[in-house]
Amino acid sequence: MNNNKQMMASSSGGSWKSGGGDGGVSDQFPAGLRVLVVDDDSTCLMILEKMLRHCNYEVTKCNRAEVALSYLRENKNGFDVVISDVHMPDMDGFKLLEHIGLEMDLPVIMMSADDSKSVVMKGVTHGACDYLIKPVRIEALRNIWQHMVRRRKHEWKDFDQSASADEQKPPEEPDYSSSANEGNNWKNTKRRKDEEDEAEERDDSSSLKKPRVVWSVELHQQFVAAVNQLGIDKAVPKKILELMNVPGLMRENVASHLQKYRLYLRRLSGSQLPGGMNSGFMGGPDAGYGPMSSLNGLDLQALAASGQLSQLPPQSLATLQAVALGRSNNSKSVIDQRNIFSFENPKSRYSEVQSQHLNNNNNINNSNNNNNNNNISSNINNNSKQMNLLPGIPTNIEPKQFVSLHQSGQHSFGSMNNQVQIQMGGQSQSQHQVQSNTNAHMLTRGAVDMSSKVYNPVVSVSQASSVNSYPLGGSLGNPNVRATPSGDGNLDAKVSVGGIVPSYDVFYDLSQTREWSLQDSGLTYDQSSLLLQHNHSSGSEMREQNQNLGGGKVMFSPAVDTRTHLNGSNIGQQRNTYIKTESHSDGSFHNTMYSEQYGQDDLLAAILKQQQGVGQLNNEFGFDGYALDDLPV
Amino acid sequence: MDQRNQMHRHIANTRKSLFDQGYLDEQFIQLEELQDNSNPNFVEEVVTLFYRDSARFLSNLDQALEKRPLDFNKLDSLMHQFKSSSTSIGAKKVKTECTHFRNYCNARNAEGCKRTFQNVKKEYTTLRKKLEAYFQMSRQVGPIETACRSR
Repeated sequence: MNNNKQMMASSSGGSWKSGGGDGGVSDQFPAGLRVLVVDDDSTCLMILEKMLRHCNYEVTKCNRAEVALSYLRENKNGFDVVISDVHMPDMDGFKLLEHIGLEMDLPVIMMSADDSKSVVMKGVTHGACDYLIKPVRIEALRNIWQHMVRRRKHEWKDFDQSASADEQKPPEEPDYSSSANEGNNWKNTKRRKDEEDEAEERDDSSSLKKPRVVWSVELHQQFVAAVNQLGIDKAVPKKILELMNVPGLMRENVASHLQKYRLYLRRLSGSQLPGGMNSGFMGGPDAGYGPMSSLNGLDLQALAASGQLSQLPPQSLATLQAVALGRSNNSKSVIDQRNIFSFENPKSRYSEVQSQHLNNNNNINNSNNNNNNNNISSNINNNSKQMNLLPGIPTNIEPKQFVSLHQSGQHSFGSMNNQVQIQMGGQSQSQHQVQSNTNAHMLTRGAVDMSSKVYNPVVSVSQASSVNSYPLGGSLGNPNVRATPSGDGNLDAKVSVGGIVPSYDVFYDLSQTREWSLQDSGLTYDQSSLLLQHNHSSGSEMREQNQNLGGGKVMFSPAVDTRTHLNGSNIGQQRNTYIKTESHSDGSFHNTMYSEQYGQDDLLAAILKQQQGVGQLNNEFGFDGYALDDLPV
Repeated sequence: MDQRNQMHRHIANTRKSLFDQGYLDEQFIQLEELQDNSNPNFVEEVVTLFYRDSARFLSNLDQALEKRPLDFNKLDSLMHQFKSSSTSIGAKKVKTECTHFRNYCNARNAEGCKRTFQNVKKEYTTLRKKLEAYFQMSRQVGPIETACRSR
């Protein structure tokens, strides 16, 4: 992709070089605007690319959302605007939209042949800055630059006068004048302008200016940890800011991020409850799921994975959550929420269900991961099938979410999860254990049933991840099942599985009904399961893997990485791993697998470091699904 | 020369009739406008890509329609993809039939779905034949001619 970009840069001939920082737009503007266009339809993609080129924009196209996300993550400042189709097989366009919004804060334009009000509204609520109806005309594309300018303006307004704020900009400054990084020219110019503005307003109340904040995975985890600590109801930006204690971060940054987070959580909770899930989809909600009352974190996970959750009556879910919450010793509820948010991914979905477990998980994540890993390892052995799990990186991150879900599955997904979990602190550890145990039980149950379902394999996989021992392996056993976490981990499962592709449709449909929270759940499961599988191969292996992670090597040891859910393309295992981690971060699954939750921290750090090379782990939001697969759809 | 002019006229008429008869719409013109000297066969390339994708879509739909009971959500989703693709090249009649199909899907009308699907395939095949003939003609006259052709 970088090559691609470079090629484009060179071909576009000096994307506009910022005029001398006078803040004014150069004459060439908006020529050279770097657009990333995502559409699974190659005909549309070709036409769009041509149109955008005719507008003198720099175009990068891809037909997979996961690939797009990886592009974005690896090249944080490589794009100015993203255009994405709504209906895509590997990942719902809205999910991609959320991920981008949370991780990169780029303007995203949605497009679809569907012009129904509900879909357009969905675009609005998910944060799309525009919505184009297909067929898209070139005139509509000519003005997309306005979104990029508008956003920049917003960012700059908040520019913080403090030194720390300035630090955020420096990276781009150097590129300002060099043509080597044409992509940065836009930014640089903009930034320069902004900087100047900032200087002028330096005397103004600091609240006016805030530097653009990039919500990295770590930052997001910190955020989630703070929110959980305070309790989602009591989480106010000011307090969150204090807890996070991140220099240069402003209250406004936190406030807007919190808003997104809340939306995210709401979506998760909203989607989980409705019985939108087609029973046909998952093959009968009752499959394998014991009585609701007995659901443990695992059950929740399993349910979530299978998307059956949706089928659960709201009361059940509520009960589960209540139970989960009740169990949590620490700010469990907070944690759960945290999980939800941090990982955009379905994990959050699960988290809701799992909240019960999550609480346990979350808190336990860090500590439990280790413990869970132990538990899981035994399970893992059973499920050594799919390596999909994110490379060794234990994903504690969504400890809550995943924990409940996969317990084991989580860890594989991504160090990200681990990250989150790490933040959770020791509490999670204990919880994990509890959860993992229960989950294990649950999973088994769920797993069994799941396998019968098409989706189950995927889901169960994810679940398995947490449980390791789950029979999911049965479903997992299917080579196809590999549930590659698709971006969010939700659909990934589907995607990765060779034979499961159709499930996507199901998920898609489901998501339609339930908002993708369910979808996510399904995916997350897969991921976790994948991870689990991977991890499960041997408990000790997991540990080792974890250790590997620490080594900064992609944790996904050979077994893991390519196969695990990562996109079919397994390009550069490491890459996949990374991606996974990212995606996994959401899924608590990742971490569970790893025997040492805390070790995960190290691993996470290692992974992050590795990822640095690849591109920031953007997993924060649980893009788990993405990285994993380039599943050919 | 005269023959050439005649050829041009013939091509222009053929093209016009495709629009007049409703096979193509405004979107096709958008594609034509994107075609330039640097990419003189752009429209044909796009349409060829469309054929390739369509083969897959239609085959998926065929399979899905074989299942019992019919999964309308899935059918709708598959058709949405095909319709989206058809729309992007301006395949007007095909698009209309796709819409009918989706309506029947929403109404859970299996018979209606099967019937309209036959229509979709028919329109698609007809359009494809016409376009292939049209492009072949255009190629004979020379790409420049084609690119310069005005609305």
